[in-house]
Amino acid sequence: MTDLTSLTLAEARKGLADKTFTSLELTDAHLSAIEAARVLNAFVMETPEQARDMAKAVDEKIAKGDAGPLAGIPLGIKDLFATKGVRTTACSKILGNFVPTYESTITSQLWRDGAVMLGKLNNDEFAMGSANETSCFGPVGNPWRREGSNTTLVPGGSSGGSASAVAALLCMGATATDTGGSIRQPAAFTATVGIKPTYGRCSRWGIVAFASSLDQAGPIARSVRDAAMLLRSMAGHDPKDTTSVDIAVPDYEAAIGKSVKGMKIGIPKEYRLDGMPAEIEKLWSEGAAWLKAAGAELVEVSLPHTKYALPAYYIVAPAEASSNLARYDGVRYGLREQAKNIVELYENTRAEGFGAEVRRRVMIGTYVLSAGYYDAYYLRAQKVRTLIKKDFEDCFARGVDAILTPATPSAAFGIGEKGGADPVEMYLNDIFTVTVNMAGLPGIAVPAGKDAQGLPLGLQLIGRPFEEETLFSLGEVIEQAAGRFTPARWW
Amino acid sequence: MSVDAATVRRIAHLARIAVSEGEVPHLQGELNAMLAFVEQLSEVNVEGVEPMTSVTPMQMKKRQDVVDDGEIADDIVANAPATEGHFFLVPKVVE
Repeated sequence: MTDLTSLTLAEARKGLADKTFTSLELTDAHLSAIEAARVLNAFVMETPEQARDMAKAVDEKIAKGDAGPLAGIPLGIKDLFATKGVRTTACSKILGNFVPTYESTITSQLWRDGAVMLGKLNNDEFAMGSANETSCFGPVGNPWRREGSNTTLVPGGSSGGSASAVAALLCMGATATDTGGSIRQPAAFTATVGIKPTYGRCSRWGIVAFASSLDQAGPIARSVRDAAMLLRSMAGHDPKDTTSVDIAVPDYEAAIGKSVKGMKIGIPKEYRLDGMPAEIEKLWSEGAAWLKAAGAELVEVSLPHTKYALPAYYIVAPAEASSNLARYDGVRYGLREQAKNIVELYENTRAEGFGAEVRRRVMIGTYVLSAGYYDAYYLRAQKVRTLIKKDFEDCFARGVDAILTPATPSAAFGIGEKGGADPVEMYLNDIFTVTVNMAGLPGIAVPAGKDAQGLPLGLQLIGRPFEEETLFSLGEVIEQAAGRFTPARWW
Repeated sequence: MSVDAATVRRIAHLARIAVSEGEVPHLQGELNAMLAFVEQLSEVNVEGVEPMTSVTPMQMKKRQDVVDDGEIADDIVANAPATEGHFFLVPKVVE
């Protein structure tokens, strides 16, 4: 029997159905892999007992022929998702030992469909970061290293634990969230597939809020098909989230292998940045050529407000964060610092509980919402956001089915290499992904090649609202052409 | 626009985050770096543009005006750092 951890989710589903192995065997194989990979720091909490209990229960269901679409599949859960009875921290000291008394909608749907929880995954504190370096549990290691080097690189962020665990074969898939690129950028840095669905496709209920008009959950997986399988279980209408959309969830897997002949693919000229590495440029042309060879038609498109997406994001997202994070007051849950009056209790608790990046963003958000600055910053950014969305709408109105771009402006970098002096340096990582959140569109990152140092690079496809299926069909074409990439094990 | 040290202290207080004097210059530098970055938005012509309030055009959903949850006071206080019965404890607020 091959190593069970190296199977794709689709292969494992077949093995479980054929009774080649049980969910308990599959789960145990992953629990051992997690134990052997602690140096990556991908998991912030392992839940082996719960995993085995869930696996045994699902094995009985499989035996009875009563198994859900993800029956017996072991997954990792980003620590932003509330899991009943299992500590949930958003990787922030301020949540301390918070143990939810409820389950997030998305995870409850995964358990409904038979998935098994292996544990909670590391992420940037409150999902604020692009390198998974702001977590109170410390940075996550990328299973990929530069050829001939043993420098540990970042896995990207904020879903760095999810991407690292999936790439290192510690789980068959993982939940993740994406506010400005937090699914797609780490997927690109680790040669995994990550999709951020359309805003409203997945319920946000029970996910620790960062910027509510931008946050959207999605899966990170090892193949396009696996991502499609996971999204089908994660998506769906939830009355508990008023922004979740009441549209039937399609069978995303059915889109895999569907012809892309005649599809119109936009290549946005504004994504061709000055000083963009030649390797990224080359990868992008290669991706376009693969889609063309599969019968798609390429058209140059213009998204004129692209360069304003990141600055507008750094007003909108911190503003919403400053409001969302007001709930961490040291009174109702989490950390409390002692003080002699209530204001000092708030101030000391929040100073002690929030890390540097979170404090910075809460403060900038407070500033742009404050009297006298609201119009100049927040209102203007909201108007620019309308223009960014309109760019995409104009493009889709011309018959474009999807837009192809690089996923990131570079490959993974070393821990501590970026953003030390100027926070903006780190923010630029999300330059190609943030537009998609601002416009509420679906976007998928698919591994497409490697750079000269042997590090993975990804391409991004952006779709029309609620047309994730198109992205799966096109993503599959790229995956077939590029092949799949697995890191050499060093941990 | 940029912020001075007094503004940094004012924002910190509005955000209810204690900031020591020693941290002010550093924070001021970081906040000004962010403000310099977002400054480029001033070159966009936004005249007559509606600010975005909802990214997906949708009717605001309204729930039935009925009680469908509750009687979970134990759950609500389960994670609180200091409670007495079903009450949250805080330092004295009213003298």
